[in-house]
Amino acid sequence: MYDFAYHRPKSLADAATVLKGKDEARPMAGGMTLIPTLKQRLARPTDVVDLGGVKELAGIKVEGSNLVIGAMTKHVTVATSADVKRMIPALADLAGMIGDPAVRNRGTIGGSVANSDPAADYPAAVLGLNATITTNTGKHAADSFFKGLFETALGEGELITSISFPKPDKAAYMKFRNPASRYAMVGVFVAKTGNTVRVAVTGAGPAAFRVKAMEDALAKNFTSEAIKDIKIPADGLNSDIHGSAEYRAHLVGVMARRAVDAANK
Amino acid sequence: MTTATGIGARVKRREDVRFLTGTGRYVDDLPLARATYAYFLRSPHAHAKIKGVDLSEAEKMPGVVAIFTGKDLAEAKVGSLICGWVVKDKHGEPHKAPPHPVLAADTVRYVGDPVVMVVANSHDEAKDAAEKIKVDYEVLPANVDLAKALDKGTAQVHAEAPGNLIYDWELGVKADVDAAFAKAAHVTKIDIVNNRLIPNAMEPRAAAAEYDKGTGHYTLWSTSQNPHVLRLILSAFVLGIPEHKLRVIAPDVGGGFGSKIFCYNEETAVCWASSRVGRPIKWTAERSESFMTDAHGRDHVTHAELALDKDGKFLALKVETIANMGAYLSTFSTAVPTYLYATLLAGQYTTPLIYANVKAAVTHTAPVDAYRGAGRPEATFVIESIVSQAAKDLKVDPAELRRKNFIPSTAFPYQTPVALQYDSGNYPPIIDEAMKIADYRGFEARRAEAKSRGKLRGIGFSSYIEACGLAPSQVIGQLGGGVGQWESAQLKFNPTGNVQVITGSHSHGQGHETTFAQIVSDKLGVPLENIEVVHGDTSTTTFGMGTYGSRSLAVGGSAIMKAADKIIAKGKKIAAHLMEASVDDVVFEDGTFKVAGTDKNVPLAQAVFAAYVPHNYPLAEIEPGMDENAFYDPANFVYPAGTQICEVEVDPDTGETQIVNFTAVDDFGNIINPMIVEGQVHGGIAQGVGQALLEHAVYDKETGQLVSGSYMDYTMPRADDVPSFKLGYKVTPCPHNPLGVKGCGEAGAIAAPAAVMNAVRDALAPLGVTHVPMPATPLSVWQLIHGASRAAAE
Ligand SMILES: Cc1cc2nc3c(=O)[nH]c(=O)nc-3n(C[C@H](O)[C@H](O)[C@H](O)COP(=O)(O)OP(=O)(O)OC[C@H]3O[C@@H](n4cnc5c(N)ncnc54)[C@H](O)[C@@H]3O)c2cc1C
Repeated sequence: MYDFAYHRPKSLADAATVLKGKDEARPMAGGMTLIPTLKQRLARPTDVVDLGGVKELAGIKVEGSNLVIGAMTKHVTVATSADVKRMIPALADLAGMIGDPAVRNRGTIGGSVANSDPAADYPAAVLGLNATITTNTGKHAADSFFKGLFETALGEGELITSISFPKPDKAAYMKFRNPASRYAMVGVFVAKTGNTVRVAVTGAGPAAFRVKAMEDALAKNFTSEAIKDIKIPADGLNSDIHGSAEYRAHLVGVMARRAVDAANK
Repeated sequence: MTTATGIGARVKRREDVRFLTGTGRYVDDLPLARATYAYFLRSPHAHAKIKGVDLSEAEKMPGVVAIFTGKDLAEAKVGSLICGWVVKDKHGEPHKAPPHPVLAADTVRYVGDPVVMVVANSHDEAKDAAEKIKVDYEVLPANVDLAKALDKGTAQVHAEAPGNLIYDWELGVKADVDAAFAKAAHVTKIDIVNNRLIPNAMEPRAAAAEYDKGTGHYTLWSTSQNPHVLRLILSAFVLGIPEHKLRVIAPDVGGGFGSKIFCYNEETAVCWASSRVGRPIKWTAERSESFMTDAHGRDHVTHAELALDKDGKFLALKVETIANMGAYLSTFSTAVPTYLYATLLAGQYTTPLIYANVKAAVTHTAPVDAYRGAGRPEATFVIESIVSQAAKDLKVDPAELRRKNFIPSTAFPYQTPVALQYDSGNYPPIIDEAMKIADYRGFEARRAEAKSRGKLRGIGFSSYIEACGLAPSQVIGQLGGGVGQWESAQLKFNPTGNVQVITGSHSHGQGHETTFAQIVSDKLGVPLENIEVVHGDTSTTTFGMGTYGSRSLAVGGSAIMKAADKIIAKGKKIAAHLMEASVDDVVFEDGTFKVAGTDKNVPLAQAVFAAYVPHNYPLAEIEPGMDENAFYDPANFVYPAGTQICEVEVDPDTGETQIVNFTAVDDFGNIINPMIVEGQVHGGIAQGVGQALLEHAVYDKETGQLVSGSYMDYTMPRADDVPSFKLGYKVTPCPHNPLGVKGCGEAGAIAAPAAVMNAVRDALAPLGVTHVPMPATPLSVWQLIHGASRAAAE
């Protein structure tokens, strides 16, 4: 780890000020990704701004038919929240599948979404539920947020403050874990709200993406049968020692069908 | 005597209190005043010439104390690291022994090969300085793919090993075996790869060294499984520090699985540099360094053929193996695919003729050496894979085929055609018990039920034998081993009656502090709380050979028994004197010396006290004190054996394999602490399951980069990867050691890969899949299923 200056602001405004004023400042949520990156000397920020002291960023609120989750809310909190379980149980399930207990007790929704790890779970829910990402400077629609590998629509120094998830009629998340890391090798989030269906995939590509063909078929007939013949092209999908692009493409189909079955249960 | 703490009792591990409360003392915990910290700059290339090393900027970095290169070590006459086992090839020539420099000077040969050692006031400063070192590499083509390592045109690793061949070795008479094959009614053939593994001990390797200028003494703290052997190697071969001027201490060590037997570059460099720097030096591997540079395990490519007669009796076995040595020959690497592998190829069977040919190859990968089971898992995987395949070919029950060929219980001691003589065993009751526990008869119903859920269920057997408890020194010597293989023990009583059990074994997770104490408690009647087991320090313990090859109890425990016999013999003389009786009339029972037929008695503690305060004592006959030493050199290896039955369910949609049932029935001879044995079996099976389904050290075949270089890509078995194990035991006591014990530390890892893989093969067989590579990852199983269904559709 290289040396850096450490800040622990008490308010969002102070955090934004520090981040703006420095050359290479990085916000830190639970440090679950950032700290290993620093330890491996893969990043060299001049300043690290710990968001742990910013009270306004943590917590879960119900606003009408939306669930609003503060950026600093930990995975364990989402997994066990009565509000989340009541409004969007699939989201609580997803949070409970992230990493191990230690990771769930430090990792945050804001850190995960800001990071846009191709294998992270939350991006599938953000996209699948058509969530809105609120930052200190504005709002982003889910569909235009995940730009690519570790790339989002966030601007320089822009901080996620909360993420708002509209309540679906039905939803489910199915995850096929990478055997080693247990991140998602393929994770599929399926949500049905009125007549619209969204199918969002994480793990398979450089960033989370939607599968239009499945969405259309499911909008007409929300059963796993309806998508059983839809093949996902392997082109452009991730490939590594744990899964070839073809295998991932195949798993998208399997996980999508299982998610639909689970949502219908 | 069976007591609450004696032999056979489930005593909780005494050492765990300290391990679980964070009060263990590991090398990295050492508080050394004025310590400096070493960091090793390593090769980023699998194969390259070092054209130059520019230290000028690094030397100016803050906190830097010293920087050493391979040239510095060569100039200081630091020797090559050694391979301590000379294997003679089929022409009687000793194996090729290319040098293994502590720091690479001219050429780097694997990703992670250490090149420069930076010593600084802190770890971070050492690392900062290392980043400023400019090494000018000329990158060369790398030899990474074992199957091609011996081919013409493959990049050469060492000039001293032309064609990358370290030895071409054989065991058995090929012509006899060929003749038997010519008469066979059936021949089964298999091609298998035993996947490379990375040991992953919980504690990374670490070393710390301090030099005392006043006395010329070096102290080296190391995460070693055998501190005396490490000292011997460093003294006699590498550094030339006289043995009595070098103290090696292996304090608490967090797991080894074999990987901490060997003498490594870093501890050697740290020890050597401590006198140059004049301050203590500490080094602890980062996890990524452990992945890159701990000696890896397994890595064989094998073709095997089994000849059977028309009744299914095995006539002959032929095995051809290429074994990967990695870039340099690690300490015992040459012995693993020869004397610890081919000698086990008889398994539990009466196969009368066996021929094995092993070619050891060097490659541009990390050195490969002994890892839990060392050679025996590879042998078991070959035998048990081919026997199950033969059963499939002949459409006979795999248990029946095994039973038909088992060595009968009446045949012991049994001379195998591959040098070993099995001392004891009784195999049929073991498989019977395993089949009962596993409900083998109910399997077809379970398979049908699984099918109704869309799952492919399979069952697999693995009946293993292993030779451990290394071993008669003279046999080891004849086979080329460079060390003795006895063990030492000292029982040092204190005047107040408590006792230190000083052992030459080393405990790094095995529970010796409990098991050895139980032996002494049982034998001498001393309460457990009055017994302390001491190990791991060359200055406070008798010379010992250390812990590996499931030898600690069979050999080290036997030495303790011998020392205890000496204590009893001496105590009898003291007690006879105190009781005014004849020594011949004194018996020792329940910790007390008695004269038979009288109520006269002297508790051991009283005899001990008399020995240290010899006021009323037969000084003319015996010396004062109660402190006895023993060395034990076994008459033979010990031969644990058992049968494992694994049942799996494969999800054809995803290729995932789930182990739904796992039974292991073992014969470990007598059992000292059943709870510790269960722990060893559980851990061993978990590692075996890891090899079968999860773990795989993958190098990029072009660049030689270690792709599975972290836990993000190297799949360690986790608790939920294995079911609750069903265990059973059968006991045939070892006839040649005083405890009647066999080793249990490696059995699980030896047998499990074949059991799991046979189950997966059985599950996939209905699809027409005939070959399943190990590890059977979801990806590879899915590809097999996918390929099979595509073939069926065409
Ligand atoms: C062992 C392990 C296993 C894991 N397994 C999984 C898994 O199975 N599935 C999964 O999805 N994830 C997994 N993770 C990741 C984990 O879920 C964390 O959420 C993720 O690492 C982010 O961590 P964090 O919230 O602590 O953010 P940090 O590490 O602190 O930050 C991550 C990045 O986001 C930036 N950032 C943080 N907060 C904000 C904000 N409010 N606004 C803008 N930028 C911000 C930081 O600057 C940094 O670049 C795992 C992590 C570990 C260590």
